[in-house]
Amino acid sequence: MVTLNAYLLVSGLLFAIGFAGVLLRRNIIIIFMCLELMLSASNLSLVAFSRFNTVNGLPNYNGQILVFFIIAVAAAEVAVGLAIIVALFRARRTTHVEDMNSMKG
Amino acid sequence: MPPVAFIIFSVIMLVFGVLVVVNRNPVASALSLVVSFLGLAALFVSLDAYFVGVVQILVYAGAVMVLFLFIIMLLDLKAEARRKINVVPMIGGCVLTAVLVLQLVSVLNTFEPGKKSLVEAPLDYAAAAAARPAVPEGKSDTIKRDLRENKLPDVRLLGEQLFTKFPFHLQIAGVLLLVSTVGVVILSKRELK
Repeated sequence: MVTLNAYLLVSGLLFAIGFAGVLLRRNIIIIFMCLELMLSASNLSLVAFSRFNTVNGLPNYNGQILVFFIIAVAAAEVAVGLAIIVALFRARRTTHVEDMNSMKG
Repeated sequence: MPPVAFIIFSVIMLVFGVLVVVNRNPVASALSLVVSFLGLAALFVSLDAYFVGVVQILVYAGAVMVLFLFIIMLLDLKAEARRKINVVPMIGGCVLTAVLVLQLVSVLNTFEPGKKSLVEAPLDYAAAAAARPAVPEGKSDTIKRDLRENKLPDVRLLGEQLFTKFPFHLQIAGVLLLVSTVGVVILSKRELK
């Protein structure tokens, strides 16, 4: 059967993929998507912990509530982040992070 | 959920996660991310977290990714031209990721509580129904009724916890969403003066 460690390993690998994307890619939108990937990876381990630590025969719902709040914050973060990217694109006509190397543009 | 399904959905999630990073075309990346999130939602459902799984599909695969695709098309981004690859950051990124994965594997190898399987942590609806506090005369406990009928009232249990134990946090989240909405409107104005 599937163990807690299997879920944690999959979640850690997803986090590593997102982490590699943030470090390796130079397109700001892809970097932003990889941040979402990392947030979701943490959600997976939280839900796994919640399911494996049963309280009175039910999952420990505190973990799932934290996931609920993470999703709410992530949605707000995406909205603000994409607005900043659009504003940045208007000012610089690029989404490449290496072209954004001076302030007050 | 049998291990076969777990493996299939994990592989879908991880492969499309890699495609997000590897694809040069931003639209292809965004669509890979949608498929990756669908695999993740299936894993949530396998952990009896039906509400979180549905929210993952609705909010991430639905709303957030539509926003991403909309912005990609608004900015009219084409596939990136091949640029000179900077060797040092590339190697640094790969090494850091490899270190992260190695550390993860070594920690999980020695993590004894994690060797528990889903069979050893069964859901016990009868015990859960018995543990619920008595309700006043004339009121009925729908969660208890569902548990007695051997159903998991996932959304009701989550909502009960959310509104009894964390009402303040919920209001803070509401304020956060309001602030971000106002922030987006200000940021999106034509003139940033």
